Amino acid sequence: MNMISIIFRREFANYFATPLAYIFVVIFLITNGIFTFELGGFYARGQADLLPFFSFHPWLYLFMVPALAMALWADERKSGTIELLLTLPINLHHAVLGKFAAAWALMGVALVLTFPIWVTVNYLGEPDNGVIVGAYIGSWLMSGGFLAIGSCMSATTKNSVIAFVLTVSLCFIFIVIGSPILLDSFPHWVPQFFVDSFAALGFLTHYDSVSKGVLDIRDILFFGVFIFAWLFASGVVIEIKKAN
Amino acid sequence: MIEINDLTKTFGDSVVLNNLSLNVDKGEVLGFLGPNGAGKSTTMRILTGFLSANEGVIKINGRDLESNAVDVKKLIGYLPEGAPSYGDMTVISFMKFIGEIRGYKGDDLRERINHVLELVDLQDVTLQAIETLSKGYKRRVGLAQAIIHDPQILLLDEPTDGLDPNQKQQVRALIKSLSKDKIVVISTHILEEVTSVCTRAIIISKGKIVADGTPAELEGKSRYHNAVTIKLLRPYEISEDLLELTEELSIEKMEDSLGYCVVSEKGESLFASVSALAHRKNWPIKEIFATRGQLEDVFSKLTQGA
Repeated sequence: MNMISIIFRREFANYFATPLAYIFVVIFLITNGIFTFELGGFYARGQADLLPFFSFHPWLYLFMVPALAMALWADERKSGTIELLLTLPINLHHAVLGKFAAAWALMGVALVLTFPIWVTVNYLGEPDNGVIVGAYIGSWLMSGGFLAIGSCMSATTKNSVIAFVLTVSLCFIFIVIGSPILLDSFPHWVPQFFVDSFAALGFLTHYDSVSKGVLDIRDILFFGVFIFAWLFASGVVIEIKKAN
Repeated sequence: MIEINDLTKTFGDSVVLNNLSLNVDKGEVLGFLGPNGAGKSTTMRILTGFLSANEGVIKINGRDLESNAVDVKKLIGYLPEGAPSYGDMTVISFMKFIGEIRGYKGDDLRERINHVLELVDLQDVTLQAIETLSKGYKRRVGLAQAIIHDPQILLLDEPTDGLDPNQKQQVRALIKSLSKDKIVVISTHILEEVTSVCTRAIIISKGKIVADGTPAELEGKSRYHNAVTIKLLRPYEISEDLLELTEELSIEKMEDSLGYCVVSEKGESLFASVSALAHRKNWPIKEIFATRGQLEDVFSKLTQGA
């Protein structure tokens, strides 16, 4: 645990030692604003909730999270620091978890800084704040899922642009897997349980209810297992690729 | 103590290390020589637990590396090839990070960092981002992180590569001063480094050890060891005179035709007899001296033909 926290602190501090964290957070907030107010019709809906805010998060994360994740391992391999890091007296999973946690924490910071919209909605009406907190947690969990994919993709290459493209593609697949358009396109002879389990892999399936504030333990579990699986895969990929 | 037994490592079809066995004792400064691609860095990487071997056992202070990786890594200080470090960080924050991972805290940590930064002469740049430093400074940052925990085993992969002659001298002096009661392994292809800092040298080629001994012993394997070099003031044919000597020898003429190298086929010292002959025959001598073997010769002899 101690090693993870040392690596976490280094990574997290490093985001703020460079302009990266500031640029990331500012762009996240601006795009969030555009999505919510322009596309989501926040005022026009005349409802005191944050549904338009949260419902765009998967699409926002589709580009923001891979940008954050692409350097996680690709840069370590490119600069050779992976050899330094992994010959320190730590285990590989310390490094994988510490780095992931730092990026995830930055996502958390970005999310927390969207609080003015929460203040606004409370000023304008009487929203259900429990729902909003639940949706925030759900959104953060989902960003963790995207990040875990990004961590693994970043480990596959030394080139962070390639890592970015791979991550965006995979995240896109996991977004649309649960979408009605894709599910309806299954022919009739495909058994329903297959379609259901396919849909269950999709982010939207789990995020839809979460963004409405319904924090189902199954959805939380889904994101937890999803993150774990991709981080585990990251470790395996790093082990295979580190020497190249 | 490092014990390496029958280490084999392959990457795909190519065999990088081929049944390599080696013991290194406390107090030794081992120079690890070999042409590029001979397996030096791979051996270092396996010793540090970064790579795992296909076959073979490594024991460090009697403990198996594979099953005690984290504990063994605590004993080792390692400077990877090219001295990678986190360029965005300042020297001081980088050292803090490494120090914390090495288990130092609070005052202890500060003390260690100050001590080490002083050793490698980095006090003036502690607040600079590492990426803004010159190559020599970066290399010293790499050295500083490798020695922060005063490791029993120090593995340095090309520690002076890319440094200017003064910096090379500094780093070598530092290595010498650190090497007491430690094991130091230096991989290099700069041969003078071996003669100046190492107590033992190993030459590897194609994943095998082809020579092992003190630098002086290796030099002794040179064809030119104990040969006599003669430089003349004006052209003069010495080969006929040399027939008078009983030793088996061969004569090599230098390009300017004013110089000769007389090499004994058996490696005996020829200086006394050749200089006496020169005196007797009144050769127009400018210089005459006995040659020490050059590590270069041994190196190319062992790594090219092999």
